[in-house]
Amino acid sequence: MYPILVLSITGIITLFLGFLKSKKVLLPATLFFVTLAFLANLYDWNKPGLYFNNMLQVNNFTILLSAIILLSAFLIIGLSKGFIDDDHAQPAEYFAILQFSLVGAIMMTGYQNLIMLFIGVEILSVSMYVLTGSDKRNLRGNEAALKYFLMGSFATGIMLFGIAMLYGANYSFNIETARAVILQTQLAGRPVYLFVGVTFLLIGLLFKVSAAPFHFWTPDVYEGAPTIFTTFMSTIVKTAGFAAIYRILEVSFSSIYSFWWVMVVIMTVLSLIISNVTAVSQGSFKRMLAFSSISHAGYMLMAVIGLSNKSDDSIVFYSLAYSLATISAFGVLMAVSKEKLVDGRPDESITVLNGLSKRNPFLAFILAISMLSLAGIPLTAGFWGKFYVFSDAAFRGHIWLLVVAILMSAVGIYYYFKPIIAAYMRESEGEIISIKPFYKIILGITTFGSILLGLFPDLLRSLM
Amino acid sequence: MLALILILIPLIGSLLLFSLRGSNAGVSKNVALLTSLIEFVIAAYAFITFDSQTVVEVKYAWMKDLRINFHLGIDGISLLMIALTGFLVPLIVLSTFKFSYKKQESFYSLILLTQAALMGVFMAKDIFLFYFFYEAALIPVYFLAALWGGENAPRITFKMFVYTMFGSLFMLVAIVYLYIKASTANIQELYAAAKFISPASQNLLFWAFFIAFAIKMPVLPFHTWQPDTYSESPTPATMLLSGLLSKMGVYGLIRILLPLAPVGLSDSGFIAMILSVTGLIYGSVIAIQQNNIKRLIAYSSFAHMGLMAAGVLSGTLSGIQGALLQMVAHGINAVGLFFIIKIMYDRTNTRDLNSLGGITQKTPALSIYFMIIMLGSVALPLTNGFVGEFLLLKGVFDKNAWLGGIAGLTIILGAVYMLRMMQRSMFGESNQVTAKFKDVKGTEVAVLLPIAAVVLLMGIFPNVFLKITEPAVNSLLQLIHP
Repeated sequence: MYPILVLSITGIITLFLGFLKSKKVLLPATLFFVTLAFLANLYDWNKPGLYFNNMLQVNNFTILLSAIILLSAFLIIGLSKGFIDDDHAQPAEYFAILQFSLVGAIMMTGYQNLIMLFIGVEILSVSMYVLTGSDKRNLRGNEAALKYFLMGSFATGIMLFGIAMLYGANYSFNIETARAVILQTQLAGRPVYLFVGVTFLLIGLLFKVSAAPFHFWTPDVYEGAPTIFTTFMSTIVKTAGFAAIYRILEVSFSSIYSFWWVMVVIMTVLSLIISNVTAVSQGSFKRMLAFSSISHAGYMLMAVIGLSNKSDDSIVFYSLAYSLATISAFGVLMAVSKEKLVDGRPDESITVLNGLSKRNPFLAFILAISMLSLAGIPLTAGFWGKFYVFSDAAFRGHIWLLVVAILMSAVGIYYYFKPIIAAYMRESEGEIISIKPFYKIILGITTFGSILLGLFPDLLRSLM
Repeated sequence: MLALILILIPLIGSLLLFSLRGSNAGVSKNVALLTSLIEFVIAAYAFITFDSQTVVEVKYAWMKDLRINFHLGIDGISLLMIALTGFLVPLIVLSTFKFSYKKQESFYSLILLTQAALMGVFMAKDIFLFYFFYEAALIPVYFLAALWGGENAPRITFKMFVYTMFGSLFMLVAIVYLYIKASTANIQELYAAAKFISPASQNLLFWAFFIAFAIKMPVLPFHTWQPDTYSESPTPATMLLSGLLSKMGVYGLIRILLPLAPVGLSDSGFIAMILSVTGLIYGSVIAIQQNNIKRLIAYSSFAHMGLMAAGVLSGTLSGIQGALLQMVAHGINAVGLFFIIKIMYDRTNTRDLNSLGGITQKTPALSIYFMIIMLGSVALPLTNGFVGEFLLLKGVFDKNAWLGGIAGLTIILGAVYMLRMMQRSMFGESNQVTAKFKDVKGTEVAVLLPIAAVVLLMGIFPNVFLKITEPAVNSLLQLIHP
């Protein structure tokens, strides 16, 4: 609960800091505010409770998810140094909006009431629409923002429709009450609009985490948005979105598992196949990572389908592993693509990584570890993430789903290795790249985290 | 404790080398050699003091809530593989002493990292730990082969990587399935639980594991990555791949596949055996046609692995014992042969049998070493290849006489391609390419002499090895044929 209060206040403070002449204070101030929220978040550890008239729940699971969100936010904001150097940029506004969006994300991890879920989703989404178009002179950014906004608001509308139907079915917005009502009524006595509501709510949320077949916005929006906000979208929105999906299915709808599992399995299979197969032929690194994020949505859905007593652990672990690796990958892309402009835009194709091992061995190493982790190779956190979600799916006996996931992981290895090959085995074209020490520290943290969790996955799981 | 030390020493050496980057080039060679020699001494100590009664184990909790442990143990089968790894890695390091590879520190660091992972594979008592090390061994070798290899290496080694990873993922599914069914990851406990798995599932498990290990060895029809990778990789990487990494596949068959899917073995094992024997004949026939010596040895490796797979899948004592002995023999011979090819290539700049010839006159020492190792590979009595191959063929023959008969052709075909290689490369008239060929000396002798000595010693005293593995193999057989 505390991080919501902290971030709401510091967000407004950040807006006022924008009036200062020097923009230099903004980045350290924002980092400090996020750290403050992080600590405030930990304050509730082992002190579960309900807040705001039973609208919001806080327990160790929501605290861990919020911690992952805040940690990712800290790392991403740390990487945004180059972004504020631009004369046209309005860093105070961006940083303020980022902090507000975190409020929405944290609400999504612990909502106890569907209204709270809706508010959280809206705060997060509207912030993202704005940030996607924040590079005003970039036509593709504008296009991406408009596309994201139109499709996103449509999905939100469907979700709201679903919430309304669920209210009709359960006479309450409270998710615990919904659970009780569903358990009390017989199968025949359940109204049709309960099932329509569940479906619509799921569609709205799956849109936010870009699971197929609701993924069409993802590649364009990811490519058009400034890379720093793409990183934000692909890590924080995804973590928050999966927290929300898992929460509603686990708390309210676990008793009607037989109704929704087929639907979710189909979406998982579609996500896995469409994303992995399409990613193979991508020439742009950023688009490839967009498809990779769709595929990881598929893997995380496997934990949701499992709905075992370990599924929450899996989601926490997978979110963290995925976020760390993704931040590294986008961090490297940002550092490298700055050097070379094509048509006035940073070159974001895979070829821009050519010969990176000679131009900057540190960045090449970071890139290699992050790709290995995303591909799920042992020694990295990504492997255990995959292992946990596979175990969850196996727990429910969905062996065919596992086989599809395995085949698609193999495809994944193919395209995740393309950047590594470019970095280590292609001849270099560009100059030596130098990066700032702070940037180095952030990327060092994400990579160290990936390796540490790869060797000792229990470090995180023992917290649960 | 011993088990842990065996993993830690190469790992520490590897990290040390990695931190040495940019320093004097000569240092890294010596550090790598010293590390691998220390490892050899410890492995030798483990070998000499081994006693099948005492249990050497270490166990730490790795993931408490999932009951997955960092659990290592040494039995006879493990010990043999540890000894092989401990023996070969110093020789592989020593074989590079005459050449200077770019970025030496990273190069040797990766070799030692591979060794650490291999030691882990051969000692893992927890099935997830096994998988973890099994995959971890591949990554450094991939980088060795891709970064220090020939012109086409990135493309070819990439194929190898995707291929083997693809196979391993099948194994991962099988492991997860077993783990969920038995709710334990301890291999010994899984053996007991495997009995209660339905025959249909066991068949699927059998194929999932078989595909993973067959790709690694490789066995027909999963071998297409192998000849290209072996010939494009730098020689040390080829030695690691053929001498040690391919053995992980056979080891996996013995340790994981047979006892965990015994019903699957009796149902589907024969089809897999037919594949293996077909691969054996196919590989031998292609090897006869080859003019590139490195490819020739690659295909001969493929043929040998086929026989080992068939022997293990026969599920008989002699088949498994033969496979274990042959793993050691083939590992040693392959490293020796690839090194000799490297020596020839460095002096003549060709691997083509048509351009070589007439080397014997000037190189008595090399000729003798080559002859001994080659005869070991052909499985002449009193060399290391003989006992293993004999036991393997006996195992296959016991299972099915027809298949045994066909597999027996390997003796003839093996002699044909090996003797052809020897004759075309070493004997005959010397030409301008080979006119100035100098005999081996220094570190080259230091590599070839131990190999030649072991080829003979193993041929004369095979019982030393057979005795060590027999109790472990017998206890495995009780699980397969209760």
